[in-house]
Amino acid sequence: MFQTNTQTIANRYPLWKYVLIALVILVSTLYALPNLFGEDPAVQVQPAKMVSFDQKVVNEIEQALQQAGLKPRKVEFDGKQLLIRFDNPEDQLKAKSVIKKLIDRKAVVALNLAPSTPAWLEAIGAKPMYLGLDLRGGVHFLLDVDMEAAVEKAYRRFGEEIRTLLRENRVRYGMIKGEKDRLVVGFRNAADAEKAKALILEQYGEDLQLDEKASDSLHLVFRLTPKTLKATKDYALKQNITTLRNRINELGVAEPIVQQQGDRRIVVQLPGVQDTARAKEILGATATLEFRLVDERHDPEQAVRTGRVPPGSRLYHFRDGRPILLKDRVIVSGENVINAQSGLEQQTGTPMVSVTLDAAGGRKMLATTKKNVGKRMAVVYIENKVETVVGPDGRKIKKRSVNKDVINAAVIRDQFANRFQITGLDSPQEAQNLALLLRAGALAAPMEIVEERTIGPSLGADNIKQGFMSVVVGFLLVLVFMVWRYKVFGVIADIALALNLIIIVAVLSLLQATLTLPGIAGIVLTVGMAVDANVLIYERIKEELRNGQSIQTAIHAGYEKAFMTIADANITTLLAAIVLFSFGTGPIKGFAVTLSIGIVTSMFTAIMVTRAIVNWLYGGKRVEKLSI
Amino acid sequence: MFDLGDKKIDFMKLRKWALLFSATLIALSILGMVLKGFNFGIDFTGGTVIEVSYKKPVALNEVRDVLRQGGFDKAVVQHFGSATDVLIRIQPREGMTSAQVSNQVLELLKKHHPDVELRRVEYVGPQVGDELSEDGVLAVLYALIGILIYVALRFEFRFALGSIAALVHDVIITLGVFAWTQAQFDLTVLAAVLAVIGYSLNDTIVVFDRIRENFRILRDKTPEEVMNISINQTLSRTIMTSLTTLLVVFALYFLGGEIIHNFALALIVGIGVGTYSSIYVASALALILGVSKEDLMAPPKDEVDREALEKEMQQAFLEAEAQRNRS
Repeated sequence: MFQTNTQTIANRYPLWKYVLIALVILVSTLYALPNLFGEDPAVQVQPAKMVSFDQKVVNEIEQALQQAGLKPRKVEFDGKQLLIRFDNPEDQLKAKSVIKKLIDRKAVVALNLAPSTPAWLEAIGAKPMYLGLDLRGGVHFLLDVDMEAAVEKAYRRFGEEIRTLLRENRVRYGMIKGEKDRLVVGFRNAADAEKAKALILEQYGEDLQLDEKASDSLHLVFRLTPKTLKATKDYALKQNITTLRNRINELGVAEPIVQQQGDRRIVVQLPGVQDTARAKEILGATATLEFRLVDERHDPEQAVRTGRVPPGSRLYHFRDGRPILLKDRVIVSGENVINAQSGLEQQTGTPMVSVTLDAAGGRKMLATTKKNVGKRMAVVYIENKVETVVGPDGRKIKKRSVNKDVINAAVIRDQFANRFQITGLDSPQEAQNLALLLRAGALAAPMEIVEERTIGPSLGADNIKQGFMSVVVGFLLVLVFMVWRYKVFGVIADIALALNLIIIVAVLSLLQATLTLPGIAGIVLTVGMAVDANVLIYERIKEELRNGQSIQTAIHAGYEKAFMTIADANITTLLAAIVLFSFGTGPIKGFAVTLSIGIVTSMFTAIMVTRAIVNWLYGGKRVEKLSI
Repeated sequence: MFDLGDKKIDFMKLRKWALLFSATLIALSILGMVLKGFNFGIDFTGGTVIEVSYKKPVALNEVRDVLRQGGFDKAVVQHFGSATDVLIRIQPREGMTSAQVSNQVLELLKKHHPDVELRRVEYVGPQVGDELSEDGVLAVLYALIGILIYVALRFEFRFALGSIAALVHDVIITLGVFAWTQAQFDLTVLAAVLAVIGYSLNDTIVVFDRIRENFRILRDKTPEEVMNISINQTLSRTIMTSLTTLLVVFALYFLGGEIIHNFALALIVGIGVGTYSSIYVASALALILGVSKEDLMAPPKDEVDREALEKEMQQAFLEAEAQRNRS
C-alpha cells in the first residue's frame, strides 16, 4: 500500500461535513420528537356521505357534552371532521354515547387515541411512528373474494338479458342457462339459433364470445371475453371493498384500513377494536333479503312429499322447518334498500327492521302490492357462505353453501311502496345486524376470511413495553461493552449508536412505515450489528498501531481500509433484508423495514459521525497515545 | 482480554477436525428433521391459535375439560410464558368459520371463568398457509442465489461456493436445533433464518476481504498460511461483533416476550454457528476447492485499472489534505 509521512495526514474534516452532520442531528431529533409525547383518548366524529359539518354542529356537540357534565380537553375542527380530546378513557366513552345520540346516522362516531403532538411540530409534518396492530391492538383480516361465484353471477345476468332480447325479437329459444364458466342457450331449430347468434353477438359482442367448439347447431355456448371477465372480477372486488367500508363505518372505527391485496383479496385492519366478535360477524356476513310472492295455489307439503315443485315456483322453508312455495320472480331484493333501521314492533314488542327502498324498488313494490292485496308476501333471508376445507386426501376444497330461510310471510293488507317493516327475526341483535347489512349495501360476491390476527389491547401494550425494554437493555449492554473494550473510542461509537437510534426513529416517523413487534426486534438487532462497522475500524487502527504506524496514519488507514469491507458486509445484509421485504407479510415486513433502515443509517453514523468526532478530538494534534 | 492480534492460532491445521465436526452437526440436524420434523406454527399449517389470560394461575386440565365439553377434543392447550397465560391451538374444522371457532372458545372459557381476557387470536386458512410456506422456501432460495451472485462478482467463484456452503451449513444447523427442541417454527423464525443468512455472510465476507488483501501483500506465503494469518487478524473483530450482536439478541430472548422468543432463539443459534462457520467452513472449503494465489493475483484488467485509479485518488487526497494543513 501507499507510504506517507505523518505530517501529510491531518485527519481533518472540512467544515461542510460538520454542518451536514449537525443538520442531520437537528432534523432527525425534530422528527423523532413527537414519539415522546403520549396519546389522548379522543372521540372522532366523521360526517357520513353527503353530510358536511359546520360550526353550528360543532357548537351543538359542545353544548351536549357540557350538559352531560363532560369537559373535553380540546375540540379540534378542521372544516371536515371533528376530534374531541379527553383527559381519561371514562369521559371518552361517555362522550361517545352522548354524541352518538345527538347526531345519530349523520356521522361515524369512533373512539381513537390521538397523538398529542404539539402544534409547532405538527406544522412541520412531524408525527409519531405508526404502530402496527400487534402493538396497539386491533383486528387484521384477509378476505378472499369468491371470484368463481362472481363470474357465475355475471353469466346468469347475461342469461336474463339474452332472454329478454330474444323475447323482444320474437326468436324462439329452449333453455338459457348461466353456468360457472359459460352461458348455454338452446333452440328447437337451427334457423332460430342462427338468428339468435347474430342478435346476441350484435348486442353483446363486446362482452360475450361464441365458443365454436362447444356449440352445435341447436346449442350456442358463450364465454365472457377476457376484457369483460377481468372487468367482472374488478367490479366484484371494488364493490366488496365499498360495502366493507360502509359496514366498518357503521361499526365506528377510527382509521380503518381496507385495501386490495393481489387480484382477489382484501385486507381489513381495524385498530383498537374491542368487540372483535361483532367485527368478525359483520365483516364476514353476506346476508341479504329477497321479497317474493307466496304461491297460494299449490300445497307445499305435497311438493315436499312428491319432490315435484310446480313450474314458476320454488320450495323454501321457514326457520322452524315448515315448507312454503314462493313465486320464482323476485319483487325486490336487498340491492334496492337504501335505508334500514332496527327496532321493536310497538304492538308485540318483537324485533323488526323498518326498510326504505329506492325509487325503482318502490315502484316495483307498489305495482305488485296493488295487484295482490289479500295475498301473502314472503321475506327470504339469504346467506352465502364459502369456506375452504382440507379434504381427506389433503387437497383444499372450496365449499359453498347458501342458506335461504323465509323469515316471514305476511298478508298484504294494503298497497305500499317504499317504506315498510319486516318482522319474524329471532333477536334484537339479528335485527340490528340485518339493518346494518342492508344499509351497507350488498356484496357482489361472497367472501371468506382466510386469515385473522386479533391482538387484544392489553397484549399490544405488553408488546410495546417488552419491545422497548429489549431495545433499552440491548442498547445499554452494547454501550458498556464498547466502552470497556475501546475506552474513548468506545464512547465515540456509543454516541454514534445513540444517534443511529434517533435517526431510525425519525425515518420511521417520517415514512410513517408501520412499526411492528418484529420491527422492534429489527431495531434491537441493528443496535448489535451497527457497532460492527466501528469494531472493524477500531480493530484495524489497533492493528496499524501494532505494525508501528504513527497515530494519525493508523486512524486514517483504519477508516480507509475498513470502508470497503463494511460496505460489502452491509450490502449482503441489505440483500437478505430486501428479499425478506418482498416475500414477507405484515409483521415480517416490519422487521425487514427496520433492519434495512438501520443498516443504511448505521453506515452514516458509524463511519462519518465517528470519524468527525475522532478528527475533532485528535485530528492535526500531537497525540502520544490513543485510548483505544 | 482477547487481543489476539499477535496470536497465531493454526486454524487451518485443525480444518479436518472442524469439517468432521461440521459434518457431524449437519448429520445430526438432518437426522432430527427426518425423525422429529418441525413443530410448525399455524402460519404454515393453518388453524386457529387463541391466547387468553387469567387473573390467577389456572390449571391446564380444567381448560382442557371445558374445551372438551364444548366439542373441541383436539385442542392443544399449554401455558404461554406464565401460569396465568394460556395458549389454545385448534386445527381447522369443517363447517365452522374461524370467527365462529374463536367466539365459541371464548364463550366457553368465559362461562368457566368470567375474568378470562382475550389476548390474541390468530387464524390462518389452509390456502394461506400453503402460500406462506411456498413464499418462505422461495425467499430462502432467492436470498441464497442473490448472495451467490454478489459474492461471485465481488470475489471469486470458489469463495462464493465457500460462503454459500457456510450459509447452508448455518441454516441446516439452526433448523436442526428447531427440530430437536421442537420449538415452534413460524414466520418470525423464518425471518430470523434469513437474517442469519445475512449476518453469517457479513462475517464470512470480512474474512474473505482480508484473505484477498493478504494474498496480494504476502506473496511468499502458501494459501494455507495466508488464510491462517487472515483469520487470526480478523479474529478479534469476529468475536467482538458476535458478542455485541449476541448481547442484544439475548436481551430480546429474555425480555422481548413470548411471541418473539423463538425468533430470538433462531438468531442466537444462527449467530453462534455463523461465527464458527465463517472462520472454518467458508475458508476451509475455499482452500479445498483450490483457491490459489493466481486466482487473486491476476485480477481482470478493469480490476487493475481501478486499483491504479484508487491509488491515484488517494495520492491526490493526501496532497490536498497536506495543502489544507499548510494553509
